[in-house]
Amino acid sequence: MTEGMTAERDTGAAATARRLLEIANLKVHFRTDDGWVRAVDGVSLGVDRGETLGVVGESGCGKTVTAMTVLKLIAMPPGKIVDGTIHWQGRDIVPLTPAEMRSIRSKEIGIVFQEPMTSLNPVYTVGEQIAETLRLHEGLGKRAAMDRAAEMLKLVHIPNPSRRVNDYPHQFSGGMRQRVMIAMALSCSPKLLIADEPTTALDVTIQAQILEIMVEMKERLGMAVMLITHAMGVVAETAQRVVVMYAGKVAEEAPVGELFANPRHPYTQGLIRSIPRIDTAATHKVRLEAIPGSVPSLLDPPKGCRFAARCRFVMPECLDAQPPLREVSPGHKVACIL
Amino acid sequence: MTQYVLRRLLIAIPSLLGISVILFTVLALAPGDPFEELATNPAVPPDVRAALRASLGLDDPVHVRYFNWLFAMLRGDWGYSFVSRIDVDDLILQRLPTTLIVIGSSQILALMIALPVGVYAATRPYSIFDQIANTLAFIGFSLPTFFTGILFILFFSIYLDWLPFVYRSDIPGSGLPWFWEHVKQSIMPIAVLGLFQGAAWTRFVRSAVLDVIRLDYVTTARAKGLAERVITIKHVMRNALIPVVTLVALSMPAVFGGAIVTEQIFRVPGIGSLLITAILANDTPVIMAVTFVVSILVILFNLLADVLYGWLDPRISYR
Amino acid sequence: MAGSTLASPTASAGAPARKPVSPGLEAWRRFRKHRLAVASAVVLSVVVLAVLFGPLFWTVAIDEIDFSATLEGPSWAHPFGTDDLGQDLLARMLYGGRISLAVGFAAMAVAVFVGILVGAVAGISRGSVDAALMWLTDLFLSLPQLPLLLLIIYLFRDTLREWVGPEMGVFILIVLVIGSFGWMPVARLVRAQFFSLREKEFVEAARALGASTPRLVIRHILPNALGPVIVAGTIDVAAAIIAESTLSFLGLGFPPDIPTWGRLLFDARDHLDFAPHWALFPGGAIFLTVLTINFVGDGLRDALDPRRVL
Repeated sequence: MTEGMTAERDTGAAATARRLLEIANLKVHFRTDDGWVRAVDGVSLGVDRGETLGVVGESGCGKTVTAMTVLKLIAMPPGKIVDGTIHWQGRDIVPLTPAEMRSIRSKEIGIVFQEPMTSLNPVYTVGEQIAETLRLHEGLGKRAAMDRAAEMLKLVHIPNPSRRVNDYPHQFSGGMRQRVMIAMALSCSPKLLIADEPTTALDVTIQAQILEIMVEMKERLGMAVMLITHAMGVVAETAQRVVVMYAGKVAEEAPVGELFANPRHPYTQGLIRSIPRIDTAATHKVRLEAIPGSVPSLLDPPKGCRFAARCRFVMPECLDAQPPLREVSPGHKVACIL
Repeated sequence: MTQYVLRRLLIAIPSLLGISVILFTVLALAPGDPFEELATNPAVPPDVRAALRASLGLDDPVHVRYFNWLFAMLRGDWGYSFVSRIDVDDLILQRLPTTLIVIGSSQILALMIALPVGVYAATRPYSIFDQIANTLAFIGFSLPTFFTGILFILFFSIYLDWLPFVYRSDIPGSGLPWFWEHVKQSIMPIAVLGLFQGAAWTRFVRSAVLDVIRLDYVTTARAKGLAERVITIKHVMRNALIPVVTLVALSMPAVFGGAIVTEQIFRVPGIGSLLITAILANDTPVIMAVTFVVSILVILFNLLADVLYGWLDPRISYR
Repeated sequence: MAGSTLASPTASAGAPARKPVSPGLEAWRRFRKHRLAVASAVVLSVVVLAVLFGPLFWTVAIDEIDFSATLEGPSWAHPFGTDDLGQDLLARMLYGGRISLAVGFAAMAVAVFVGILVGAVAGISRGSVDAALMWLTDLFLSLPQLPLLLLIIYLFRDTLREWVGPEMGVFILIVLVIGSFGWMPVARLVRAQFFSLREKEFVEAARALGASTPRLVIRHILPNALGPVIVAGTIDVAAAIIAESTLSFLGLGFPPDIPTWGRLLFDARDHLDFAPHWALFPGGAIFLTVLTINFVGDGLRDALDPRRVL
């Protein structure tokens, strides 16, 4: 925090009616035996009503922590929101009490996790688990909640929903479980769905189905989606805007077409180059090994640009200070001096 | 579920046979012979001795003797106590209820300690409460039951003079005072056993809850907006109980061991003290029968635990 | 992986830049962090040293009867007091402690030996041999140990006594029987190590280089199973000490003239109202020894086997 980094602070001003979620200069650090790990270190991003925002970056860049922090689902301790604000519909949720947070979770913001195999409680039927949310937030009775749960399963195209509500998670495949998770997250018609790598753990063919269902549900319910992924291809297919994160910071932000046509940050360029060609894409998950080196330690991050050590265009001034996020064209911001 | 229970029942049969083979082997390998006395007695002619041996089947091949013995055991045909001069099965039936009451109550006490303390400690790992609970649990299961029993007697019976330290089954009177006397004399044996098991189980529960609490579905539950208390009880505890049931079943032999010691300390007239008395009096049929009964009880409790396990975990019973 | 991201932020944030240290040093570093384990190791060493060398300094005979000083509380002449025959309890406890500790360690050695043998055979052979051995392990886990211990000792005591004398006979019997009821956790651990290590690269590599099975087991697999086995062995020592004390306490262990800690408690039981010290000192010694061994075991688990919680 001692470094002179200057993330753009657009507090309040940009909180127009269009803006649903506005994260400004968020810093989430984790205490470990060796010191504080700066997992998220000054991230600013926003989600508009009804849009899909893609958040891209390799593992450990802080995208999951950012998403979890929006619902305050990170364990505190060891985690800690050191600085920044998270405005949800104009209200900062950082200082909210646990009880106030609970009324936002699932009711206003739903979330889907990466691992469908472990995200459902093995000892309850999927119907009971969906109904639990409905009974909590919608005040439905046991029967009504189960009926709604079956309807939700139908919406996510699970065959034979009225029978399947009474099945246990282990009786579903991974893709089916992820549909259940989506049904659960959307059961109270939230305004925002956070999807944290929802397709990473699934087979490629299933991945496309899940993305399709998410797009369909988004249209039907008119919600916004914050889609977290490390796969550029997924972003290209589904998102309107993209935020590229690197080592706990935002590297670049742009509308999806602009980003692919005109990537400014060397890291973004590397990411795009590392997408396999369309004709071979179906058989490979997008991996980022094509960029040499790995993410710097967030325990004691370098003073300058965090990508400097891996950057092809590195210059002496890159090592001195973190370049601020600057707007290069309308809606296109980049944290690079190039 | 029915199918699952039947399967467990079928699996219990080999265990029962295995234990009976071990018991029989120990007996067969044991030096000495029930007819040693007759053999050294010159008044008994050798042919009479041989006839007696034959009538008791002692000269049959080993496997025949094993099956004869096993069927006799299973029929409850356990012989005749040398000392009490009554049938062994009557003797055991007299003593068994007391033991089961003491064990049952102490296990309930143990669970009443272990569940809340273990869960509370695990939801606040490394807090002061957790550290104190953990240290006390260590002390609790490092204190052998015979020493706890003596400490209890020293403190509650001798120093405070609150509780009797010898269990009497022949308390005179009736009604509430009679019942109260029974409660008073049961407190110490039950507490000794219950505290020991409670300490061990607190650690089981704590580590099981710690394992569950970091799983993804707990985060899912939190993301639903459920209150922490609901998450802990409905999602964490319910799942943590599954491994705990297994560990509790595994500690059943130790529970019976503890019961024997406790009964001996407080002179509770159960099958544990019967066993010790029988050993001291060389009453072989009684020793045999008690060991056999305890083995069967352990298997029975394991079976019960299996059924409970299947009931708690739909992944096991729904196939 | 939502959950794991929460649990270990370091894992995703790049490896912390710690200096590489040897496994031994790393284990010692982790053990040291468990303060109760370190304190227990010190106390346990004191107990062991006292029992080993105490009789050299406290030279009172264990069977010196003094009717002028029966059932006396602690004093300068008798720091731990005397029993009903006026025998010095400190001397008796130092002597008895040797037996109790010797039984503990010897029974542990038996248990670990059998456990490694069964676990290794099961781990190597897989298939039906493995299934049979694991069934046997489960069977032994569900045997009622104390009644069987009592039964076996009751049946075999006299014969062994005739062969090798009362002390040695009972010692061998107790060690063997307690040991043969303590091997199951070790066997399971060793087998589990076999199953997890067999597929690991370094074992595959050794196999590819033509290492024979016994060599593979001794050089590569067993050393890796060592950590958990040491932890289980430590707990076995405590369990064996408790088992021996229980037998002696029930009056069915060592003969009356051998004052093991459990035997002292057994003798003290009828004099609780007049001579509580007689019960408190040996009972306290058993408790302290078992408690410190358990804590050391817990520390060793943190140090050698950090993944297991129980």
